[in-house]
Amino acid sequence: MDPINFVILACVLFAIGAAAVLVRRNAIIAFMGVELMLNAANLALVAFSRIHGQVDGQVMAFFVMVVAAAEVVVGLAIIIAVFRARQTISLDEPAELKG
Amino acid sequence: MLDLIWLVIAVPLVSSGILLLAGRRANAWGHWLGVAASASTFVVGFGAFLQMLGMAGEERSHAVHLYSWIPGGDLQLDAGLLVDPLSLTFVLLVSFVGTLIHVYSVAYMEHDPNRRIFFSYLNLFVAAMLLLVLADSYLLLFVGWEGVGLASYLLIGFWNHKPAYATAAKKAFVVNRIGDIGLILAMGLMLASFGGVDFATVADGVSGASTATLTATGLALLLAACGKSAQFPLQSWLGDAMAGPTPVSALIHAATMVTAGVYLIVRSAPVFEGAPDAQLVVAAVGALTLIMGALIGMAKDDIKKALAASTMSQIGYMMLAAGLGPIGYAFAIFHLVTHGFFKAGMFLGAGSVMHGMNDQVDMRRFGALRAAMVTTWVTFGLGWLAILGVPPFSGFWSKDKIIEAAFVGEGVQPWILGGAALVGAGLTAFYMSRLFFMTFHGKARWTDDQHPHESPALMTVPMIILAVGSAFLGLFLAVGDRFAHWLEPVTGHAEHHDPVMPIWLIMTLTLALVALGVWEAWRRYGAADVPTEAPDVSLATVAARNDFFQDSVNRGVFERPGTHLTRTLVYADAAVIDRAVNGGAQGWPKTGEAVRRAQSGQVRSYAATMVVGLVIVVLIVVLGGL
Repeated sequence: MDPINFVILACVLFAIGAAAVLVRRNAIIAFMGVELMLNAANLALVAFSRIHGQVDGQVMAFFVMVVAAAEVVVGLAIIIAVFRARQTISLDEPAELKG
Repeated sequence: MLDLIWLVIAVPLVSSGILLLAGRRANAWGHWLGVAASASTFVVGFGAFLQMLGMAGEERSHAVHLYSWIPGGDLQLDAGLLVDPLSLTFVLLVSFVGTLIHVYSVAYMEHDPNRRIFFSYLNLFVAAMLLLVLADSYLLLFVGWEGVGLASYLLIGFWNHKPAYATAAKKAFVVNRIGDIGLILAMGLMLASFGGVDFATVADGVSGASTATLTATGLALLLAACGKSAQFPLQSWLGDAMAGPTPVSALIHAATMVTAGVYLIVRSAPVFEGAPDAQLVVAAVGALTLIMGALIGMAKDDIKKALAASTMSQIGYMMLAAGLGPIGYAFAIFHLVTHGFFKAGMFLGAGSVMHGMNDQVDMRRFGALRAAMVTTWVTFGLGWLAILGVPPFSGFWSKDKIIEAAFVGEGVQPWILGGAALVGAGLTAFYMSRLFFMTFHGKARWTDDQHPHESPALMTVPMIILAVGSAFLGLFLAVGDRFAHWLEPVTGHAEHHDPVMPIWLIMTLTLALVALGVWEAWRRYGAADVPTEAPDVSLATVAARNDFFQDSVNRGVFERPGTHLTRTLVYADAAVIDRAVNGGAQGWPKTGEAVRRAQSGQVRSYAATMVVGLVIVVLIVVLGGL
């Protein structure tokens, strides 16, 4: 199969993830969107690695996974902290940084 | 002793600091510390003098290197002292007269609550003045030059709770700053053309410099000298400087500081040797000031202001002599020394009169004081005879030589300069006799609350010593040209030139004019009654009484245009620069206001912005074909 299809799939996944972040108010869902975007990027990296016959992209994908795991921990912790403080996880609710 | 000469600067400086910092607990002994510090400078100076007397003439120049002051690559400036006959003359004069005036001040300032501060300032003055005369470079001299200016300012304004006195101090300070510009310019020119500002470098560099450079340097030095020595056109501060306590007038504004300008000219002899035009201007300024000061002195009723005008006039004589070149240098310094004695003595006498007359300074309220104050009368009288130039008193030996030297030369110059010096002698005789007769002779014109009495011994003893100096110092130094030979290593040997008139004629004319001046003064102010209110006699008298409207001239020529100039500048500053800056500053809040809206606080709108940005970047990359 042509590896370029994997790149196209990655683009589609990225677009779905971005759309989830933009349209959903629920922080958990938006967070899932972020994860989807990260993994779309991983998929693209691996696909490019395959296209160029080099392992650099795969190595980088591992790093992204590690960072994503750490980011999940922090992100979920923030969501829980926000929920405890405001009894809601709606993304539109907190706007303290309004200029 | 020569290597210890730095002590004469250090000791009074330390003493000044102690007196300033010790506070009220020094009230009991502070003034005696001041006197001791001043006296110690005389002891060291005299020791150095004795040591130098034991040396041969050409060896009488001793450099004391202190430390490397400004080590700046090509520009190396060292702080060093130069002990030679000229600087030692000043050291002896300043420390001797200074010490006597310190002693006098102990009694004169007895009832002043800030007496220790007064002595602190006096010590500061002594230190700065000695630094000025001992420095081996113009830059170090400048430090002392500013130091004496500061001390003069502090002492003129010593009673600064009176606004007029504070103004007088400020005036002296500002006028002196104008002179300082001259000294700074001169130093800049020296650095540019000679590569250094120490006396030796300047003297070496003169031969290779152009006449134009030397003339410019000389004129800049003259400006400095005019500021410090109250010569035309920077003379206006000296009369007002009499606001200071009388010992200050005696020490700073008669005997020592105001003569620093003459010292500067004589010390800069190599520069002036190469610039005859500048030299002529020095002589002309001296001649003009000596006549002007004498005319002002004739009209003043304030005893201290009359003496101040006389100081101006006598320094005019010194300047005239210094402008004559090598034949005049020794006489300029000679007259400076004798003047230091008799004028300080007369100022102390004036202080003694004020002390006995409830601080009255109006001579129209004096009269017949000779019976009440015998010592003051006698000592003042000796000073009077000395300044008149009556033989054999001091002034005769120094002033007569200057008049003779002024008559040396070719063309009209000797007639103008000599004529001015000759007429000045007659005028001096008139105004000093007027002062003397109005104060000590005639009928008593005292106010009811005045009970004149002789001053205490602490005041009269310094007056007596100075009077002895006024009487005999000139004779002592003039015998066998002792003083001229002593200064020869510095001023150089002067060829003898014959004046355009025979010397006996000059001397006779001088003495005749002096006699005429005294007789006229006696007729008007000794024998006749003196009105207690100044009569409006003539326009000339009124003009002289107002110092030839020097303040109005300064106000019209410098102050008014200066005020307008600064006002215009302030307006331009507000209208152009401030507006531009403020306008620019106001733009930023508006920009911020516009940008603020983007900060909604909504996470999703931030995310949308990021996605849009990302899309734009991708589009640029893809479509731009990068």
